[in-house]
Amino acid sequence: MNKLLNYIWAFMILASIFCASATGRMPQLSAAVLSGASDAVTLVISMAGMMCAWTGLMKIADRGGITSILSSALNPLMRRIFPKCKKGSPAQKAMCMNITANMLGLGNAATPLGIAAMKELKKSNPTDAADSTMAMFVVVNTSSIQIIPTFMGALRAQYGSAAPFDILPAVWVTSLCSVAVGILCAKLLEGFPYG
Amino acid sequence: MDKVGIFAVPAAVFVIVVFGLIRGVPVFDAFLSGAKEGLGSAVSILPPLVGLVMAVSMLNASGALDILSSLLSPAAAFIGIPVQDIPLALIKPVSGSGSTAVLSQIFKTNGPDSFAGRVASVMAGSTETTFYAVTVYYGAVGIKKTRHTIPAAVTADITACIMSVLTVRLFFY
Repeated sequence: MNKLLNYIWAFMILASIFCASATGRMPQLSAAVLSGASDAVTLVISMAGMMCAWTGLMKIADRGGITSILSSALNPLMRRIFPKCKKGSPAQKAMCMNITANMLGLGNAATPLGIAAMKELKKSNPTDAADSTMAMFVVVNTSSIQIIPTFMGALRAQYGSAAPFDILPAVWVTSLCSVAVGILCAKLLEGFPYG
Repeated sequence: MDKVGIFAVPAAVFVIVVFGLIRGVPVFDAFLSGAKEGLGSAVSILPPLVGLVMAVSMLNASGALDILSSLLSPAAAFIGIPVQDIPLALIKPVSGSGSTAVLSQIFKTNGPDSFAGRVASVMAGSTETTFYAVTVYYGAVGIKKTRHTIPAAVTADITACIMSVLTVRLFFY
């Protein structure tokens, strides 16, 4: 990973150790090191089934032509956000599947489909540095573009919300703003040299 | 609306399989070749995830998250973010399960329909786990230099935090 991620990671670790020694929570901290590492393994194992299932379904969708239809439908938008990615290319098809899954709130499907898209993008990028299409794709993925956040609605309902989905208009406006700012930032920054 | 969540996944699977059958795709063979690739991806995201999840649980267990939150509270108060929602804004970019835990806590103590509860809902509903996505996506393909990805993604996250306060004010008060 790049310098920034190295620093962020180091900061998280060092700040934790510093705080734990100041507040006397060393026992909890040393337990967290071990449990955190094994939590990650549990997470990957529980995700592995999902990843296999959705990349498998993606293959069927691809051979059946659904991805081409999606790719054509989303092309006006995709062409502007990812100008270097050709219409109907395997990478663009996979990105369309990922974006559709994100919008439908199929969070478990979106990640494997997104990884499939990254693998397609990597085929035309032999270096270890992200190209502007990859960066833009990750930025679009990190600012959620969900139409109906079902999980959020369920959680609000569970805690007794009178109208769990009354936050939707606010979520839409907020998401649109953050996606727009993310895309704009990525476009503006892609010309600058970064380590 | 709750029904949408229940039907979205089966509907998507149904459309994919039926479409494949109509087009004469050997559906199970296609599924298997895709699933094999999925397993490879799962293996390649494991090391970066161990690093990230470990760091997040250390932050939580050491109390560093609480200390960071109280350090940031003057800045947050300036933008108008409720104090209770600061830990959420900090944990959301790094951990999905961590942010669910924090969110449940906010709902439990303030109620989901309070100002803090609504801002928290919008904040969590309109951002993703940024560093998790960066780690997983770049980790899966061996990209080491992420260039401008993090500055752009973090700017989008900060925008979402500010906008969640503004939109809740606009739509509810």
